Amino acid sequence: MSLRIKVNGVLHDLEVDPEMPLLWVLRDVLGLTGTKYGCGQALCGACSVHLDGRVIRSCVTPVRRAEGRAITTIEGLSATGDHPLQRAWIELAVPQCGYCQAGQIMAAAALLAENPEPTDDDIDRSMAGNLCRCGTYTRIRTAIKRAAKPSAPTEGSP
Amino acid sequence: MRSRLEPRSACLAAPWIAVLLGCEPSPSVAPDLPPETIEIPPSDLLPKEAFAGIGDPVVRSAAQFLEATRVLLHPRCLNCHPAGDTPLQGDFGFVHEPPVVRGPEDRGVVGMTCDGCHQDDNVPLANVPGAPNWHLAPISMAWVGKSPAEICEQLKDPLRNGGKSLAEIVEHAESDELVAWGWAPGRGRSKAPGDQKRFGDLLRAWVEDGATCPTDGEHP
Repeated sequence: MSLRIKVNGVLHDLEVDPEMPLLWVLRDVLGLTGTKYGCGQALCGACSVHLDGRVIRSCVTPVRRAEGRAITTIEGLSATGDHPLQRAWIELAVPQCGYCQAGQIMAAAALLAENPEPTDDDIDRSMAGNLCRCGTYTRIRTAIKRAAKPSAPTEGSP
Repeated sequence: MRSRLEPRSACLAAPWIAVLLGCEPSPSVAPDLPPETIEIPPSDLLPKEAFAGIGDPVVRSAAQFLEATRVLLHPRCLNCHPAGDTPLQGDFGFVHEPPVVRGPEDRGVVGMTCDGCHQDDNVPLANVPGAPNWHLAPISMAWVGKSPAEICEQLKDPLRNGGKSLAEIVEHAESDELVAWGWAPGRGRSKAPGDQKRFGDLLRAWVEDGATCPTDGEHP
């Protein structure tokens, strides 16, 4: 079946099963491997992308849901990798193994788009579905605050 | 089997069965029931016709509502009518995983909205349940921990039920797509008793008979 989806501003006409998870389309069909497969059941957040600006779990989203809508992946968050969150992530050396970080940044980007100055509680509630096996949560929270307010102190970071 | 209703002998079995079957002395209110045994499996829901033999509309209305609470108190309904800010899941009311919260509009918070995972239909691949307009009931409509009598009063109260009239409550029960999901929940989830039509018919009959609430302590 033919489907048209827009990913990071680029239209793609696809001949795929409409039930194929969006994550499979992104990684295996379009070669956008920044988004990761974690649990496959919407429990870990590694596959988080934006659909019309809202966070979805692409591992449980049939690609048909994205037809005619705009998808943003970590590759499309900024043209040159300098989104404030990406800069803060680098400055504070947030990732450890890094596997979950694309999903973490996509969730954080949606949070900041809606709430430019989130509190700790705001961050915890919005990021609760993005698991990090390395336990980088403290640095993630600090980096989100840094991105929200570049002059913010970095207490809480190791 | 939840019960085995034998219209004549059952009248002697228990007072509530006698009421349901219209065992009052007057033959004019005798129920129009089939002559043979009616098998009621646990997953089923008595139809409104089973209450036709109750002569007093006040008693009949309350009895119909009580039967409908077998649906309202089923995990498929209760899990999204929690008493706190976190939905429940499964047939044993486990806390929802991942740890979502209610949010200002009962649809989660940014990054963790209901529709981030729950879509317009069940997704068999990952067994994520879905139906249109997936969301939590407002906290004013929490049912977990409440009795049928309390839920009845709550449903009738526009200040708590989202400003709905009784007619709108019935319409919601009869035709809402998210309510309908309770009978088509997907693999591995128990269905609500009966079906949506039978449930809607019970609530419509409850309203038509006066929308009387059960008394405290009554359970289906």
